[in-house]
Amino acid sequence: MTFVAKPKVHHPKLPVNEIGLTRRDYEGSVSTLCAGCGHDSVSAAIVQACAELSLPPHRFAKVSGIGCSSKTPSYFLNKSHGFNSVHGRMPSVMTGSNLANRDLIGVGVSGDGDSASIGFGQFAHIVRRRINMLYLVDNNGTYGLTKGQFSATNDKGSTSKKGVPNLYEPIDLVSSALQIGASFVARSFSGDKKQLVPLIKAALMHKGMAFIDVISPCVAFNNHSGSTKSYEFVRDHIHNVMDADLIMAHKEVTADYAEGSREDVAMPDGSTLQLYKVDADYDPYDRVGALNYVQRMQEKGEVVTGLLYVDPNAVECHDIMDTVSQPLNELTEADLCPGSDTLEALNQRYR
Amino acid sequence: MEPTNIFDPNYFHKVVDCQWACPAHTPVPEYIRLIAQERYTEAYMLNWDSNVFPGVLGRTCDRPCEPACRRVRTEETPVAICRLKRVAADNKGDVTAFMPHVPSEKNGKRVALIGAGPASLAVARDLLPLGYEVHLFEQDEKGGGFMRSQIPAFRLPEEVLDEEVDRILDMGVHCHFGQEITSMKAMMDMNFDAYFVGTGAPRGRDLELKGREAVDKHIHIGIDWLSSVAFGHITEMKGKVIVMGGGNTAMDCCRTSLRMGAESVSVVVRSAFEVMKASEWEKDDAMREGIPIINNRPPKEFVHKDGKLQGIIFECVTPVKGEDGRLRYEPSGEPDVFIEADHVLMAIGQDNHCPWIERDLGIEFDKWDCPTLNEVTLQTTNPKVFFGGDSAFGPENIIWASAHAHRAAISIHLFCQGQDLITDRPPEGVNLISTKMGMHEWAYDAEHDDARRHIVPLVEKKSALTNIRVEVELGFDQVLASKEAQRCLNCDVQTVFTENLCIECDACVDICPMDCISFVANEEEESLRQQLTAPADNVDQDIYVSNVLPTTRVMVKDEDVCLHCGLCAERCPTNAWDMQRSIVHIPQLGSYAE
Repeated sequence: MTFVAKPKVHHPKLPVNEIGLTRRDYEGSVSTLCAGCGHDSVSAAIVQACAELSLPPHRFAKVSGIGCSSKTPSYFLNKSHGFNSVHGRMPSVMTGSNLANRDLIGVGVSGDGDSASIGFGQFAHIVRRRINMLYLVDNNGTYGLTKGQFSATNDKGSTSKKGVPNLYEPIDLVSSALQIGASFVARSFSGDKKQLVPLIKAALMHKGMAFIDVISPCVAFNNHSGSTKSYEFVRDHIHNVMDADLIMAHKEVTADYAEGSREDVAMPDGSTLQLYKVDADYDPYDRVGALNYVQRMQEKGEVVTGLLYVDPNAVECHDIMDTVSQPLNELTEADLCPGSDTLEALNQRYR
Repeated sequence: MEPTNIFDPNYFHKVVDCQWACPAHTPVPEYIRLIAQERYTEAYMLNWDSNVFPGVLGRTCDRPCEPACRRVRTEETPVAICRLKRVAADNKGDVTAFMPHVPSEKNGKRVALIGAGPASLAVARDLLPLGYEVHLFEQDEKGGGFMRSQIPAFRLPEEVLDEEVDRILDMGVHCHFGQEITSMKAMMDMNFDAYFVGTGAPRGRDLELKGREAVDKHIHIGIDWLSSVAFGHITEMKGKVIVMGGGNTAMDCCRTSLRMGAESVSVVVRSAFEVMKASEWEKDDAMREGIPIINNRPPKEFVHKDGKLQGIIFECVTPVKGEDGRLRYEPSGEPDVFIEADHVLMAIGQDNHCPWIERDLGIEFDKWDCPTLNEVTLQTTNPKVFFGGDSAFGPENIIWASAHAHRAAISIHLFCQGQDLITDRPPEGVNLISTKMGMHEWAYDAEHDDARRHIVPLVEKKSALTNIRVEVELGFDQVLASKEAQRCLNCDVQTVFTENLCIECDACVDICPMDCISFVANEEEESLRQQLTAPADNVDQDIYVSNVLPTTRVMVKDEDVCLHCGLCAERCPTNAWDMQRSIVHIPQLGSYAE
């Protein structure tokens, strides 16, 4: 908890984006999470990504379940639509929201308990249905709100704060997402905003199911020497394969990467997805290859980060279901009530 | 960049912009906190220690602290520091018990102070507690120097001045008042152990212009005239008055004339409004009283008839900004203007003037008639003689006189004790004390107050303009003072970073409302300043660089617009950030006292 209110005054030279807002206009309330929580960095990264993309805050639908992670939508995008749902049920609410209003930018924030335990089934099905959204998991491998029990993503052999080892195999959400049908899969680290912010930008503009697993240390219960999700362990074992950034259609493309390591992918909406190969041999379009790679590195105890898989021409749920192109609340009486003649014709088909 | 040495007394001192800008380095945030706590006596004493005349300065200071205030950079209007100082003086209790002890047994050294202005008085205050026998020589009947003779009573009531002057005189000064000092040699023959000259810059400039001789009796030198008013020799001013000059003396002259019964008063200035030497608020005060300030009008000729002044002819010029950024004036092409006048007050500057110091005493003077001084010790080429205040480097302000006095007093003491004036000077220092009192409790009010600067109430205009003794500013009452005190950002409560505790979680970066904190790869200062979350473009403000962290990055904090809100420390899980109060030790003679 923090008791000093965050002053409204900001840096005199804080940049204003294309819709006249500063980054501060994308913030939420001051966090009530523990000081130093990785989740707060993730919220800050979302704030920065949305501001840099000049997205209108009131066009977001942010949905979450239960847990430390699921509190965070309060801490970003104060002026957007939001729904804090039941434990593990963020995907249901998000699915409904997206089907009803496909124009809202969907951001679902969940945690390792919310998505890999109680909500694992929900997670699997929203990925499978390819809802057009950013599904972001704040993954700290622990149940922080209930004082530090192992969660389902905690690595086997990793210990609790008191030194008791975890005996069970972990669920790897990245592997699951790759397997079930997400068209944008990434992993990042809350302590590396340089990588995380561009990934969030790319994911927000990705048309389809974009999944980001963010390792986000729990300073209170899982940031000790026996943990594999501590700031220190992750920094020592991180293996970045691919950075990504999203450049809007009319922006100048600039980056300081080595010649030849960059690949620009034209996106259907006119923007450019920039990929920077950190690992020269990595192929981000190969889903099965990505799955193998992640699994193999996990065996070695390495944490693979970056954009792991992307399908620039992915289909999403509305394409699959061939739904109407407008949000439902924009349909007029004429759209919804085609008249008695049409009804009669329809009825005739069943006679 | 090399890691910042926060134990260098200057590093955090510079962060306290107001204190750094104050010549006497008054600990401003600390006394503002005391005012907020209604501890006016303590606030007064803190001021008295460093600037000697809080009641006077709270009304008349040139306020170098206010343009320096961090609020100017975060939201334009500075904290009303000067007005708050006056609140401490107005509301204090009895301070007698807090006065330094002056030993009845003297140390055998005798010091002569020449001129009873702020500089000499402050030297006396510093020397007396160490047992010096102090003799004060002054041509006027009362002490105070130009604080008495040139600052009109509607800005500085006599009783406020008397109180602060008498407090020092009552410490046991041997006063020799009312005798003109005509010879330094005669003074030197009296065989004092050391001499301090604090005679100010007493010569007002005159203007040689066509017709000047013929109308001599209608033309008055501003500072002399103000002095005659102060001592009651002049009690009225009839007719139309022109005040020539654009400094604070001109503002005092015009406002005084208005109160002395002048039919009309106008200030005519050679240069443009923006470059006038007068402080913004003094210009505002004059204009509020309905006095026109006419700019870009250099005088050409005094017009007179039968030995009586009719008025002045002025040229019309336009300011043009040269390539060097300085203003030059070119004829505007308009016809000359004639302004009627019965009296002219000259307030076009003043000079040092020491005709009474013989030039064969080993005291060297430069071509501007200023003494050749060591800037640190204020010692002249005659080791026994020291200068301070306006007589040292030309006209300044009371606050500079206090600052000089502290330095000169140390020098005089070292000289009298046979020590080296440079190497034996006490050093500056800094103490850092954590303000953390609990999980979320700090020993200062960290909450940021969005309020704009509060306006000081004034006395009703009609009564102000009819009586020269009515003080125009009423000052803040306790309620307003407490509100204004809340605006202080507590810049002396420093953000102190401890590298080996940091886990680089970014919590401080995320919470900082002003984007002051960054974790980046180290570089040379110039490029490093551009790599930060918000570029640190204000090179007058330091950046605080840590040692290398485990990720090979460094923490860099731009001190420029930090609000000292303490959120970095609130959100830090490991206490790598702490809010610590810095107390800067500026040596004073008291540093030697037992």
